[in-house]
Amino acid sequence: MTSVVATNQTILVVGGGIAGMTAALEAAETGKNVVLVEKNPYLGGRTAQLYRYFPKMCHPTCGLEINLRRLKANPRIQVYTLAEVTGIEGRKGDYTVNVRLTPRYVNDNCTACGECGKAVEAEVSDAFNYNLGKVKVAYLPHAMAYPQRYVLDPSIVGTPDAERAKAACKYGAVDLDQKEETVSLRAGAIVWATGWQPYDAEKITPYRYGEFPNVITNVEFERLADPHGPTGGKILRPSDGREAKNIAFIQCAGSRDENHLRHCSRFCCMGSLKQTHYVQEAYGDEGKSTIYYIDIRAIDRFEDFYAKVKANPNVSFVKSKVARISQDKDGNPVCWGVDTEGYKRYATTHDLVVLAVGMEPSVKGVDIPAEVMADSSGFIMADPQNAGIFGAGCATNALDVNRAVQSATAAALRAIQVVNKVARAEG
Amino acid sequence: MSDMNQQMAARYKNNFLKEVEAQVEMGEWVKMCMQCGVCAGSCPTNFHPGWEHPPQEIFMMIRAGKREEVLTSPSMWMCTSCYNCYVRCPRKLPITHIMHGLAEYAYQLGVAPKFQPTQHLSKTFWDNCTKTGRVNEVKLTQTLYFRDGLMAGIKQGLAMKDVALGLVKAKRLNLMEALGFGHKCKDIKGIHAMLAKARELEAKRKGRQPA
Ligand SMILES: Cc1cc2nc3c(=O)[nH]c(=O)nc-3n(C[C@H](O)[C@H](O)[C@H](O)COP(=O)(O)OP(=O)(O)OC[C@H]3O[C@@H](n4cnc5c(N)ncnc54)[C@H](O)[C@@H]3O)c2cc1C
Ligand code: SF4
Ligand code: SF4
Repeated sequence: MTSVVATNQTILVVGGGIAGMTAALEAAETGKNVVLVEKNPYLGGRTAQLYRYFPKMCHPTCGLEINLRRLKANPRIQVYTLAEVTGIEGRKGDYTVNVRLTPRYVNDNCTACGECGKAVEAEVSDAFNYNLGKVKVAYLPHAMAYPQRYVLDPSIVGTPDAERAKAACKYGAVDLDQKEETVSLRAGAIVWATGWQPYDAEKITPYRYGEFPNVITNVEFERLADPHGPTGGKILRPSDGREAKNIAFIQCAGSRDENHLRHCSRFCCMGSLKQTHYVQEAYGDEGKSTIYYIDIRAIDRFEDFYAKVKANPNVSFVKSKVARISQDKDGNPVCWGVDTEGYKRYATTHDLVVLAVGMEPSVKGVDIPAEVMADSSGFIMADPQNAGIFGAGCATNALDVNRAVQSATAAALRAIQVVNKVARAEG
Repeated sequence: MSDMNQQMAARYKNNFLKEVEAQVEMGEWVKMCMQCGVCAGSCPTNFHPGWEHPPQEIFMMIRAGKREEVLTSPSMWMCTSCYNCYVRCPRKLPITHIMHGLAEYAYQLGVAPKFQPTQHLSKTFWDNCTKTGRVNEVKLTQTLYFRDGLMAGIKQGLAMKDVALGLVKAKRLNLMEALGFGHKCKDIKGIHAMLAKARELEAKRKGRQPA
């Protein structure tokens, strides 16, 4: 049985992305006790799945690394991975929360030596790489994963692979007897930081995502460019593995659209501008990027970044939202539309199309097991009715990392005020 | 310039967008366009000659006050009502209806292009069906077929002979309609009164002289 130490002076943080980690750290570093609950087997959320960060083009692992160091040094934070909140009861200052813990089948004796991974044979889709590749059924989610512990896929149970993994482990870390369990814990305040999910591109039917292999999404492109990704960092076409040197980026794929997401997702213009750097980095002057856009939203300090990309002769901009995509006989995607500057018709062939899909809140459609006010896109609002539950990061709005972190600090402050009140009352 | 055209041009002075908002069906939607180009690129006729200005451009021209160019354009008459743009517009503009609204308004003003086939069809159809409240199919086809002269009409008629016979057999076409028989509404006077009332209401709503 897992033991969780929590009282009504504890702050519960749901979601261990950059926002949740920040909220947990900020609260714990002021002396509060925090429980951080993450449904993946690792912390970092979507940020860990980026190749590089705008605007500085550094690697996200670097920013995450700093936070992980703070986290490891702080005894006030209890982290639960593979854990999901299933019920919330009570009121501000006194919540009871049910958390379902899914077995990892590997205990904390694991040193991440990788022997179990070598021993097993079966493979499953690699969720970390947006299912672009496969992983063994005993795997480390990604190189920098925290906790640095292997995970056994639940499909392994009862198969010869399970025994192979167990036999291979020299540290007795493989524990096939682990069972799903639900723990109940107390908290005075809750920070809801469950982040975002990419909009389902298949719903934008004229773009034929899911049907044309060389039409992919921006999150997948991050993985293609990453040396730890499924292609070892080579930008190759899914259809034939050929180098993709002439790449189209389609902005507002599903965003700013009453038929899909009504909001502007805010980060995706910058996301595509950043991704043109990947093309340049991979292929030099041979790599050509074309950005199809309605208007480029590179706000305040990002303007410089935009200006630099604009000055690159290998990047062209077409002011037009692509109306539809077709495919020629060689599997090349062809973008059809009308250019707003001059109203000229075009039908342009590319090697690969990247859809800059927008952000949808993870909370949409998922039951937050409590009454929480959300806006018309499903993002959590700051509303007095939410009592002791505070949204942070992309659960509250489409944000980049910087703004997600700011919003997490704000949420942590609000949560701290609640538990301070509890502490004073209990004196 | 027709009276109505002069009147409207004077009333809205240089603000063609205001004029469209007040006078054109669904015209109040025009300002919602964000110029993304999805409608223009979704139009099946757009990649063929015909559309001089796609909807996106028409909307921008309205805002730019290009009254003459918009109203005399054949573009909106080319709309086939496929509704592709309508369902895809990210701002949910009822584009197809705006196109029809613009065409109709240009016609009312007397500035729509002459001898435009869609316009001819619309006018023929309207006159035909409002006469008795039911379409007289024989007369309608006659008018359309013989539009370009006797020989062309006979040729067209012969080409469609089998379809026509099939329709007669299936009791979907009554040849007696040629002589003015065939289906009619019971209360023709009532229909005419209703249409007159609708015109009156429209004129009042749009501040026009009653026709
Ligand atoms: C293609 C692309 C490129 C980008 N590039 C950049 C960039 O260069 N620079 C930049 O600043 N930003 C970039 N962003 C934006 C960045 O990804 C987000 O700002 C960031 O991920 C927000 O972090 P978050 O913690 O709010 O959400 P997330 O990263 O989504 O984290 C939420 C966490 O909550 C967990 N969770 C969800 N539901 C539950 C639940 N019910 N219970 C428990 N846990 C749950 C999830 O597993 C996840 O770990 C990019 C985004 C995309 C799509
Ligand atoms: S940030 Fe750019 S691509 Fe993303 S929704 Fe807004 S305008 Fe469109
Ligand atoms: S699709 Fe809609 S918003 Fe886009 S240009 Fe056409 S009318 Fe304007």
